[in-house]
Amino acid sequence: MQVNEELIKKVIAEVLQEVLGEQAKMPSPSATQLLPRGGKMTLVEVGVAKRGTDPKEVAVAVPPGFGTAFTETIIGVPHSEVLRQVFAGIEEEGLKPRLVRVYHTADVGFIAHQAAKLSGSGIGIGILSRGTTVIHQRDLNPLNNLELFPQAPLLDPEVYRAIGRNAAKYAKGERPTPVPTRNDPMARPRYQGIAALLHNKEASYLDRSKPPMELEVRFE
Amino acid sequence: MVEKKSKRFEVLNNRPVHKDGFIGEWVDVGLYAMGSPNDPTPSIKIENGKIAEMDGKKRQDFDMIEQFIANYAIDIAMAPQAMAKSEIELAKMLVDPNVSRDEVTRVFQGLTPAKISRVMDCLNIVEIMMGISKMRSRKTPANQAHITSAKDHPVQLAADAAEGALRGFVELETTVGVNRYAPLNALSLLIGSQAGRPGVLTQCALEEAFELQIGMRGLTSYAETVSVYGTESVFIDGDDTPWSKAFLASAYASRGLKMRFTSGTGAEVQMGAAEGKSMLYLEARCVMITKGAGVQGLQNGSISCIGVPGAVPSGLRAVAAENLITVTLDMEVASGNDQTFSHSDLRRTARTIPQLFPGTDLIFSGYSGVPNYDNMFAGSNWDIEDMDDYLAIQRDFKVDGGCRPVSEEDVVAVRNKAARALQAVYDSLGFPPITDAEIEAATYSHGSQDLPDRNVTEDLRAAERLLSEGINGIDIVKILAQRGFRDIAEAIVMMMRQRVSGDYLQTSAWIDRDGTVYSAVNDPNDYQGPGTGYRISEERWQEIKEIPWAIRPEDV
Repeated sequence: MQVNEELIKKVIAEVLQEVLGEQAKMPSPSATQLLPRGGKMTLVEVGVAKRGTDPKEVAVAVPPGFGTAFTETIIGVPHSEVLRQVFAGIEEEGLKPRLVRVYHTADVGFIAHQAAKLSGSGIGIGILSRGTTVIHQRDLNPLNNLELFPQAPLLDPEVYRAIGRNAAKYAKGERPTPVPTRNDPMARPRYQGIAALLHNKEASYLDRSKPPMELEVRFE
Repeated sequence: MVEKKSKRFEVLNNRPVHKDGFIGEWVDVGLYAMGSPNDPTPSIKIENGKIAEMDGKKRQDFDMIEQFIANYAIDIAMAPQAMAKSEIELAKMLVDPNVSRDEVTRVFQGLTPAKISRVMDCLNIVEIMMGISKMRSRKTPANQAHITSAKDHPVQLAADAAEGALRGFVELETTVGVNRYAPLNALSLLIGSQAGRPGVLTQCALEEAFELQIGMRGLTSYAETVSVYGTESVFIDGDDTPWSKAFLASAYASRGLKMRFTSGTGAEVQMGAAEGKSMLYLEARCVMITKGAGVQGLQNGSISCIGVPGAVPSGLRAVAAENLITVTLDMEVASGNDQTFSHSDLRRTARTIPQLFPGTDLIFSGYSGVPNYDNMFAGSNWDIEDMDDYLAIQRDFKVDGGCRPVSEEDVVAVRNKAARALQAVYDSLGFPPITDAEIEAATYSHGSQDLPDRNVTEDLRAAERLLSEGINGIDIVKILAQRGFRDIAEAIVMMMRQRVSGDYLQTSAWIDRDGTVYSAVNDPNDYQGPGTGYRISEERWQEIKEIPWAIRPEDV
């Protein structure tokens, strides 16, 4: 199918306007104790996330610490940049990104699987605050995945864009070549201890009884 | 105004050690090596022949790990008197040459996890090393190597396996870059190992069901990547329990296959599920799960989480202590040193001393027998490029690290033989041909970069055939015998006969070239002070001394 870029841009613009308009009408962000900070991006919670019905949608899920307590990945890629790239990758393929926040787990496999279950296309992406990422599909087991990017120190903006693109391709029923995985034997000595520290911080913001929430994102 | 900077600090900041991650302790989540204030206070209460309370918790409150340990790992008859001893008294037993190893293992099998980890915290690093030397299960130390290839190149794997065997490693472990190559990697290791030195044990670390299947086929002879964890939630995350792991262990034993479990400090906190306990306390629980499952040995020493204990204070002391706990509970230890851990050559050498100098059942698990760029376990603490340093250290300190100097001619010869044997087997099975050019390249190569690429799709088809057609060790034996490699064929038959006799299922077993099994049964560690225990024989010392590049006075 020929994708009409003009149309997509128009749709995106309309959606954005709608979103921004509604936001203006809304009262202050709903009850989250963690306030977004770090600039360049505003995340606003707009109620409990529901299962999507639009087959053109790819859901992205992040844990509570993402863009709030943490503002960048383990190697300093700003969270705003991570989302911007993933979204751009999805949009390049003509699909729609959607953002949710998962409160009950800090396991990236389960976060990604939650995204997939909420996603209208059945394809979801989970991203930890330190950057670790998984592309998931609704019908797979939680500990399985479509693509896994376990070494967060090797994930740069380019990789995030490719991840968004591939997720969208899966959503369109294509079989994309997996994003090339990188390997650095010396990532462990440098980052493993820090990763353990970050993971425990990440887990400290969990609320096991809170359902996934829909997020609206505004890049500044 | 520009702030003035110290040139001294600039130099220090640019040293490799500054690329390593160091972090402070965080006691609440268990980012803490040993002796955390959150660790339970040791206690035991026995009622009606059952443990009613352990480490301050009543039986009805036990999690599944505590239940397993209380039911199967603790010697209830010994527990009251063992637990009554002070931690200092118990710690002294570990280093006192007048207390026999037998007595120490009997007493320590009556201790709880909290008690054992507290005993460890009474020991300094030299005392821990002393303890390892005295408590190691087998008298003679040995070593294991990783043999992997970034290209999963079958000919390179066979050649490197042969060289590893020649260099003295008693076990060789492989894994894959591309998952579906696994059966071919196992085949290369089988043929290469027996071409290098008959009797060398091989394993192919992969998904557990596959490992068991390939072992039953006779293509591998042992397994070690059966993981256990120190908290319930991490166990459940992996869809496992101590009972399911024990069941898997018995599946190996019933088929006459050697196996050990794997665990290590840092795994639980890495997954954010340490429940606020120290890494060593949780590891003591893992060691006791292994003991309770009746498994002969354990691979520990943090293993793939080494970056975590490696980042916190006293972390590497805890890593040595976990090795000591394993041998003190009378099991074989394959003591780690098997993962990249530091950018600093000084730190990575120091990290290995507590296992190398006292000697362990397998000092590395393993030493990278290939350059680290080919190491598909994400790199080992030492690789083949460090080998001459390793041989020099054996010689400097008169210490047996399980490796021996070799000549270039001998290495070239065994690499070539292994490659040709594999060529014959591929030819007979109708697998994608191995060319003479590949043999030549593998014979003289250092790593996969020196080898031509193979047709991966064709190779993977052969790998599928190997599985689907039920090709087993005996099929390989027949081909080798028919194609002029009778000695390798005989070695593989000898390895398969070991399944029937089962001697190498004993604790800490390795197999010599004539089929003799050495284990904690017929080579028990009898250390009782100077002049006892393992002493390097005259023959072995001659071998260690003869590094080929030393200047001989008579030649000058």
